[in-house]
Amino acid sequence: MSDTKLKRVDLIFGEYSNVKYKVLADTLKRTNEEILEDLLESGLRGRGGAGFPTAMKWKFTAQTPGEEKYVICNADEGEPGTFKDREILSRVPRKVFSGMAICGKVIGAKQGFIYLRGEYKFLLPELIKELDGYNEFAKSIGLDFPIGIRLGSGAYICGEESALFESMEGKRGEPRNKPPYPTTSGYLGKPTVINNVETFVNVLMIMRLGSTQFKLLGTSDSRGSKVFSVSGDTPIPGIYELELGMPLDRFVDEFGDGDTKAVQVGGASGFCVPRKKFKDTVIGFEGVPTGGSMMLFNSSRSMYNVLHNYLEFFEEESCGQCTPCRVGCQQLRKGIEAVKKSEKKSLYLDQLLKLSESMKLTAKCGLGQSVANSFSSIVNNFKEEMIY
Amino acid sequence: MATNNNYITELVDKHGRARTSLMPILQGVIEKNNFISDQDMTEIAMELDLSPAQVYGTATFYSFLETQPRGKYVIRVCKTITCDMHGKRTVVQTIEDMLKIKVGETSPNKKFTLLETNCLGWCHEGPAMLINEKPFSGLTPEKVHDIISEYMHK
Amino acid sequence: MKNTKKETEKKINLTIDGIEVCVDEGTTILDAARKLNIHIPTLCYHEDLCVAGNCRVCIVEQEKAKSLPASCATPASEGMVIHTNSMKVRLARKHIVELLLSEHHADCTKCYKNGICELQGLASQMLTGDHMFLDLVPDHNYTIDMFNTAIIKDDSRCIRCQRCVRTCEELQGVSALGVAYRGNHMKISTFFEHPLFEVVCTNCGQCVNRCPTGALIERNYIDQVWDAIYDPTKHVVVQTAPAVRIALGEALGMPPGKIVTGKMVTALKRLGFNAVLDTDFTADLTIIEEGNELLTRLKKALLDKDPNVSLPMFTSCSPGWIKFIEHTFPEFLGNLSTCKSPQQMFGALVKTYYAQKRKLDAKNIVSVSIMPCTAKKFEANRPEMRSSGYKDVDFVLTTRELGIMIKQAGLDFEALPEEHFDSLMGSSTGAAVIFGTTGGVMEAALRTVYEVVTGREIPFEGLNITPVRGTEGEVREASLKIEKVKPEWKFLEGVEVKCAVANGLAHAKKVMQDVKDGKANYHFIEIMACPGGCLGGGGQPIPTNKDIRTKRKQAIYEEDLGMPIRKSHENPEVQLIYKEFLGGPLGHKSHELLHTHYTPRKRY
Repeated sequence: MSDTKLKRVDLIFGEYSNVKYKVLADTLKRTNEEILEDLLESGLRGRGGAGFPTAMKWKFTAQTPGEEKYVICNADEGEPGTFKDREILSRVPRKVFSGMAICGKVIGAKQGFIYLRGEYKFLLPELIKELDGYNEFAKSIGLDFPIGIRLGSGAYICGEESALFESMEGKRGEPRNKPPYPTTSGYLGKPTVINNVETFVNVLMIMRLGSTQFKLLGTSDSRGSKVFSVSGDTPIPGIYELELGMPLDRFVDEFGDGDTKAVQVGGASGFCVPRKKFKDTVIGFEGVPTGGSMMLFNSSRSMYNVLHNYLEFFEEESCGQCTPCRVGCQQLRKGIEAVKKSEKKSLYLDQLLKLSESMKLTAKCGLGQSVANSFSSIVNNFKEEMIY
Repeated sequence: MATNNNYITELVDKHGRARTSLMPILQGVIEKNNFISDQDMTEIAMELDLSPAQVYGTATFYSFLETQPRGKYVIRVCKTITCDMHGKRTVVQTIEDMLKIKVGETSPNKKFTLLETNCLGWCHEGPAMLINEKPFSGLTPEKVHDIISEYMHK
Repeated sequence: MKNTKKETEKKINLTIDGIEVCVDEGTTILDAARKLNIHIPTLCYHEDLCVAGNCRVCIVEQEKAKSLPASCATPASEGMVIHTNSMKVRLARKHIVELLLSEHHADCTKCYKNGICELQGLASQMLTGDHMFLDLVPDHNYTIDMFNTAIIKDDSRCIRCQRCVRTCEELQGVSALGVAYRGNHMKISTFFEHPLFEVVCTNCGQCVNRCPTGALIERNYIDQVWDAIYDPTKHVVVQTAPAVRIALGEALGMPPGKIVTGKMVTALKRLGFNAVLDTDFTADLTIIEEGNELLTRLKKALLDKDPNVSLPMFTSCSPGWIKFIEHTFPEFLGNLSTCKSPQQMFGALVKTYYAQKRKLDAKNIVSVSIMPCTAKKFEANRPEMRSSGYKDVDFVLTTRELGIMIKQAGLDFEALPEEHFDSLMGSSTGAAVIFGTTGGVMEAALRTVYEVVTGREIPFEGLNITPVRGTEGEVREASLKIEKVKPEWKFLEGVEVKCAVANGLAHAKKVMQDVKDGKANYHFIEIMACPGGCLGGGGQPIPTNKDIRTKRKQAIYEEDLGMPIRKSHENPEVQLIYKEFLGGPLGHKSHELLHTHYTPRKRY
């Protein structure tokens, strides 16, 4: 038990300059090598959930030959329990654009896109106004990097990067085979950097503060801060920017309602941590990673219902192309129903756990692979709730 | 190729005839009609040199690209976990009672369609819903009642 | 990605199941394993198509990798260590097959593909006795489209591998089939789920050739044909298309590329057909009619300067191509030769000329055709194909269906003696045989047209007009300068006749677009809907791939070379029918029986 509150950080939403696009303009004067060096030094990893080192992604794309390259901001925030990107885009859009423009310079791209989920269409008028401002500014300083917006239309899977490209290309949002990776073959088959909204803001803040100051935040494996979306059974739901690498028990102390029995870290595709493991769980790439979603459940909640809700979600949001994900999700949902109704023996849960492991090993993309995360962590930790 | 619907021509002229324009064009049709008809899809396919089955395949992939007629106001209530935990069912019930339609149905006057949808990104203020593109969060039966009443009089 | 060979290949060394192998850069793990004769099971993979990597049956274990990569979609990389049959792989693969089975309406004994279904094959290999998972079939509202005369689409047997979708898009450029919806509702669908007969589907059957299960099959007419054979009041006549004789063996356990003409004739006779005749006869007749039609059009264009003449002229033998152009380029229907396909010419003549000669009442004749094609089933059912006063062709069977009938009759096909076709509409030439391959109609036509116009044999060694012998995956162009013509063809002196040959509708579409855009100035274009021409038809034995089709093609040219007569106009029975029955080419009777018209269709 600690009596001090978790340290609040104000990197993402804080004011950063009185002069419009000052940090961007300053950064554009630096060499690509310097920028990449800073990013590498900062240890920044992608904020969408997978946590790929940002500097490496940019470097690979910069190294891929090609006249036509793209920078894409992934604002298809669809993970249940996540709503931070909406907040970032409505409060500090210029930071996002600036991060993208820096990326454009580093990799040699002449066009950026923001792929905004259809559910956030209401942000469009404001965002377009801001974007017009950016595009004008870019023109005024001779920066050949316009940014456009593409809208999703209600498909969680389009948050998967290659599905997002397919969607932008006017196709069904079906993830592609990898390799090739976006760094060599992304949007329209061209080298592409695709990063989460928050990652671009982090880049800008590293450019402003320097990597040393950024590294003061977080742990050696998880540098910097993270915007957390806190929801569920909490008296204070909302958006919080906190240091990475915090222990879960301290988080629960501060955000729980005193009766927290589980925290779902990383959304429906993340992991469920039961009370007894709060103490030993670190939120970060060395522990349980998250794109920001923290959902708290108190003891009045049925974890069967929680899992059932997730599985229905995946069943509908799977693109449906690959067998393990399309059929596996249906089997897991139907399977826990059958156990609950005693149509199947409780041993059947073990069969389903093995199936979820196979899905993790064989699904074509991250969605299908990650269904097992919540499935196994909920079933293993709350087996009685699944049966009775 | 001549088209019968001016708005398709307008959309195609605005966004271009490359396949990358397909989503914006389909979204444009939704904005106008709340659904994309077979006639619209055939015309779009012609303009973009795609097969209508390909356009249909893309459209049916996305929850918001409706291919069945929908009401003027499409209500989408979030059914994902935190909204569900915080009273989605009573919200849906209230709407069903007011509009005399069930989830998935359109009111006889074609004014409302009630649907459930996956996470809208308002988990901290659930339950939430969209009416067309406008979000409403922190819903209670009373609040929903007021909102729907207002729309009923629109 | 299709196997495209690059010039400067880097080599990759990897280890598969403990064996080291060196492959070209870009080779997939699957192909590398095949090189070692290690067979990794596949379902969505098909050599003719782009890699999808969606069934996941071909997963393998890669040391130091977190997940099990799909071997069809993963390129080999230096130092990779692969296990194709590890414990992990075996369980995951069994899970995947079990998952597919749980969605699949596995009433195998009621299925047309029973015994040759690839999913069934895998299930039997993996001993999926007790189903591990719950049956999902009742949860799905599967539809079965049985409205089409050629192809049946049964979603309850579909495993969503998308081979059909890729075939329809990549090989045929049609995309009548697509993928619709997502997640648990994802399905293979036509536009707005219309039945196949209402949409742009050409009935080419290429999807049927590649469907691993019974989700897409031909509508079979086997029982109807048996009924006719056993009906004593019926005289059942059968005609066999050129491409059947070089592929039927495959359906009966023989290797590809075997010419089985004589055995096929014997088999048909033993099945009980009253007359076994040859579509080759009407192929030759087609050449006479179509050749004259081409000359007439050229005369109108070059001599009469008639601005309304439609050139280039397109061949019209391939019913898949006909339906394609009716849907996709209806403004060019006037360019299609008005000649019926050989099948339909044959049907019209069987119930008129043949009936008359054999003193039979046409109403008692049942006309059956054996075709490498599923579109022929649709063609025979077109309302305009009743010029004899009856349905000209009553039943169309594919090569596969004939294979089934031969098996049903208990014939040891390989051991059968070789017999000859019956006479009267049974004689053939080399020119007719090559109708079965891309470029064949063009070659046959040129052999005749050149000779008609100049009085001399076409100046190619051994009559082999190699420039028009099309290959898969390309559009062939050729031109032929006509010199020293007979006086009546003076307007053709010095004219360079420009031809193009395309196979596979995706290529046909390209040619058509060029014609439409005014980029091409051909006189005569041959189009066959299927890859490689009829030899790669949708009714041919399964499996199909480029190697198999190449062997079939070699067999066709071999058969051509072996024929005593190589030119259509020298077919004695063709000469006889003009003398006795038709009068001359393009005459009144020809128009009545041998020519047809086309219908513009909707574009979805």
